[in-house]
Amino acid sequence: MKNNFSIIFKSSKFRLGFIIFVLLLLSVIIFPIVNKEDPLKMNYTMFQKPGPNLPLGADNFGRNELVELIAGGKTSLIIGILAGGIATGVGLILGLFGGYIGGLVDDVLSSITNIFLVIPSFIILVLISVSISSRSYLTTALVIGFTSWPWTARAVRAQTISLRNRDHVNLAKVSGYSIPKIIATEILPYIASYVGMAFILQVASGILSEATISMLGLGPQNTVTLGLMLNWATMYEAHMSGAWWAFVPPVLMIALITFSLNLMNTGLDQIFNPQIRS
Amino acid sequence: MKSYRKYMTSKIAWYVLTFVVALFLNFLLPRLIPGNPVSTIVSKITSGMADTNSIKRVYETFEKEFGLNKPIWEQFLIYVSNLLHGNMGTSFGQYPRKVTDILASSIMWTIGLQLPAIIVSWILGNVLGVLAAYIKKGFDKVLFPVFLFISCIPSFGFAIVLVWLFAVALKIAPASGGYAFDMIPSPTLSFFLSVLQHYQLPFWSIVLVGIGGQSLGMREMSIYELNADYVKYCRLLGLKDSKIVRYVFKNAVLPQITGLALSLGTMVGGALITEIVFSYPGLGSVLFNAIAAQDFPLISGCTLLITTGVLIANFVIDIVYGLIDPRIKVAQQE
Repeated sequence: MKNNFSIIFKSSKFRLGFIIFVLLLLSVIIFPIVNKEDPLKMNYTMFQKPGPNLPLGADNFGRNELVELIAGGKTSLIIGILAGGIATGVGLILGLFGGYIGGLVDDVLSSITNIFLVIPSFIILVLISVSISSRSYLTTALVIGFTSWPWTARAVRAQTISLRNRDHVNLAKVSGYSIPKIIATEILPYIASYVGMAFILQVASGILSEATISMLGLGPQNTVTLGLMLNWATMYEAHMSGAWWAFVPPVLMIALITFSLNLMNTGLDQIFNPQIRS
Repeated sequence: MKSYRKYMTSKIAWYVLTFVVALFLNFLLPRLIPGNPVSTIVSKITSGMADTNSIKRVYETFEKEFGLNKPIWEQFLIYVSNLLHGNMGTSFGQYPRKVTDILASSIMWTIGLQLPAIIVSWILGNVLGVLAAYIKKGFDKVLFPVFLFISCIPSFGFAIVLVWLFAVALKIAPASGGYAFDMIPSPTLSFFLSVLQHYQLPFWSIVLVGIGGQSLGMREMSIYELNADYVKYCRLLGLKDSKIVRYVFKNAVLPQITGLALSLGTMVGGALITEIVFSYPGLGSVLFNAIAAQDFPLISGCTLLITTGVLIANFVIDIVYGLIDPRIKVAQQE
C-alpha cells in the first residue's frame, strides 16, 4: 500500500491536484476557527467595495464575501463528497452485481442504467427538488447522489465482465465461496483504483450539479454554497453593477476545486493506463 | 444492411421504452408532494387575488386538468391522452396562457443557441485535441492545465464573467435578451443583426467551456491511436504526417461521438442555466421563471420537452454512429 502511494505521487499532475485540493480543504477548515464572523450576518452595505477590513467586499445582502466564500466552499465540498460517495456506492453495487451475476439480473440492471444514462439527471434533479419544499444541504446532497450513479454503474459493469472469467475468480467459485465474498475479495481489489477515480469525478460533478440546481433557485435553504452565491449575484445583477467581487471568487472557487479533482484523476489515469503517458 | 436494420430496431425500441419511463417520472415526481397539490398551488397563486370567483375558476381549471379526484393510474392516462392531443395544460404563473404556447415561443431560441454551440465546440475541441496529441511539445506543461482549468469553469459562471467584461466594462456587446428590448421580432435585417449581436456572449460562453472538455478527451484517444501499429506502419511507408494525423483523427473521433452522447445531458443543463444569466428568451429562462412562480404545469412541460430533446439528440447520435462505425455490423448488443 505504501508503495502504491509513492507511485501515485510520482505523477506531477496528481501531486499538483492533490496539493491544491488539500490547501482548499485546509483553508475551509482552519479559516472559520480563526475568523468567527457569521457568514450569513449582514454587517455591511450592499455590494460594499473591497477594503482593508473587507478583502473581498460585501455581497448583495451586505455579507462579508470572504467569510461567505469560505463557508460556501465548505458546504459545497461536503455536498460534493456526500453526493459523490452515494453515487459511487450505488453505481458500484449495481455494476458489480449486474456484471458478475449476468443473465436476467444483469439485463434488468443494465436496462435501468441505460435508461437513466439518457434521461438527463439534471432534469430528475429539478423534478425532485421542486417536489421537496424544505431543502437542507444534506437533502441536496442525497438527491444529487441518487441521480448521478448511472455512468459509474455502467463502467463498473464493463470492468466486472472483463474480470468475471479470470482464473482466480473461477478458482474461488470452485472453492464454493459465496457471491458477495467473491465480489469483495476477487473482483473489488482489481477495480479499486478505477473506483477511486470514479469517486473523484463524481465529487467534481456533484459540486457542479449543486451550482446548476442552485442557479435555478432550487438550491438548499438557510445555508450558503458556491452555487447559491452565484445565484444571488445573478439575481441581484452584481455583474451589471460591476461588483466583480460578488461572482468572480465563487466562480474561481468552483473551478479550482473541480480543477484539482480533475488533475488528480488525470494523474491516476496516467499511472493506471500507462499508454496515455506523454 | 440487415444487421444495421436490426441495430436500428433495437435502438428504436430502447428509446421508446426510455421515453415512457421519462414520461412517467415527469408525471409522478411532482405528484409525490404530500397533500393536495392543487389546493397548495392555488392558495399560492391566489394569495394575491381577492376575487373569490376567479379563485374558484382557477381551482376548477386545475382540478379538471389534473383529474385529481381519480386514482393515480387514471390520472396518468389523462395526462398521456392530453399530451397526445398536444395539451400540456394551463400555466399558473401566466394564467390563462397554454403551456404549449409558451414552450413553442421559446424552443427555437434554445435550439438556435445550443445546437450550433454544442456542434461547434465538439468539432473545434476534437481538432485541437488531435493536434495537441500530435504536437506533444509543451502541451503538457502549459496548454493542458489551461484547457483543463477552462473546462472546469461552469458555463454559466463563465457567462457572468463575460457579461461583466464585455457588456458592462467594455460595452461592446449587449448584456441580456435575445434581441434589443425595443424591437418586435420580424424578418428584417435590423432585427436579424440585433439577434446576432445578442447571440455572441451566450454562444461563446457555452463553446469555450465545451472546447476544453472535448479536446482533453480527444487528446487521450489520439494518444492511444498514435501508439497503434498502423501509425508505425504508415511512418515506415513514409506517409506524410498530415495524412497520418487524418487517419488518427478518424479513428479517435468514434469514441468521442459516444462521449458526446454521454455528456449531452450535462452540456444542455449548463447551457440552459447560461440562458438565465442572459435572460435569453429560451427554455432555460422559461424554466427558471416557472420555478420561481411555482408554475407546475409549465415546469413539467419544460422538463418533458428538454428530456425529449436530449433523447432525440442521443438517438440521432446513435444512428450516425451506427452508419459510420463498421464494428456495429458485428452487432454489439449492449
